[in-house]
Amino acid sequence: MKARVTVTLKSGILDPQGKAIEGALRSLGLSGVSSVRQGKVFDIEIEGGDRAQAEALLKQAADKLLANTVIENYRVDVLG
Amino acid sequence: MKAAVLVFPGINRERDMARTLRLTSGREPAMVWHAETELPSGTDLVVIPGGFSYGDYLRCGAIAARAPIMEAVRAYAAKGGLVLAVCNGFQIACEAGFLPGVLMRNARLKFVCRDIFLKVERSDTPFTRGYNAGQVIRVPTAHGEGNYEADAETIARLEGEGRVIFRYVAPDGARDPAYNVNGSTNAIAGIINERGNVLGMMPHPENHVEAAIGPTDGRGLFAGLVEALDRAA
Repeated sequence: MKARVTVTLKSGILDPQGKAIEGALRSLGLSGVSSVRQGKVFDIEIEGGDRAQAEALLKQAADKLLANTVIENYRVDVLG
Repeated sequence: MKAAVLVFPGINRERDMARTLRLTSGREPAMVWHAETELPSGTDLVVIPGGFSYGDYLRCGAIAARAPIMEAVRAYAAKGGLVLAVCNGFQIACEAGFLPGVLMRNARLKFVCRDIFLKVERSDTPFTRGYNAGQVIRVPTAHGEGNYEADAETIARLEGEGRVIFRYVAPDGARDPAYNVNGSTNAIAGIINERGNVLGMMPHPENHVEAAIGPTDGRGLFAGLVEALDRAA
């Protein structure tokens, strides 16, 4: 099964990288971008076909390693 | 002092640290590979040195924090064993949950590699007994992600419990945003855990201990540790 874990910064956490990207977009002349927040995407292949089990496994992976829950939120999507 | 220096792939300050420990304690520290599951018996100081463990992949310190040796360090620290975590070591200690908060990208986005000034907030810890409270020391710093952040409640707790040990200041000791090199909350450069046996700090005191290469303000930290440990022994 394919799955995706998306990790994003919690709101209120300063994101200097996002700010720099935001500035770069502006300097490209792409107007209308009001803010950018940078995150991470993990595409993961899961053994077996049990959806609930896959979700539980990925939650563990996110809590233990993929995200730092002090500053980041994550979302688990089992794509099937 | 029976020090153990942890070695992770990508760490590059372990030899500076080992040299300083040897110079200040007269004893060769043990170098402990990350895949080990035990610390050498009798270890009374664990040092997590600086560098770029795992090339800063995922998040600085995130992968090293999950290395096998870290479970042994966790058990050792839970019994009150002293841990000194410098630079990438501080990031690793935060990722491992030994210390609260996180080190984020420097607010001005620049890698900062120069001497900075630190105010020693307390002298009554095993790490700072070689200094006077309020003393300003000059030590080098070299990092791109040293911007200490935590939620407001955690910061209030750290401040309220006197757990901020080092702060970035002007040479005269004044708080000045211009000298807060990475934009850390409250200019925090170093903190201790609740029990007071784990210190994390971004700057490198180990690089300022020999008169031949400049100031020796870092020496007090190691001399104080040697004294504290010899007294305990």
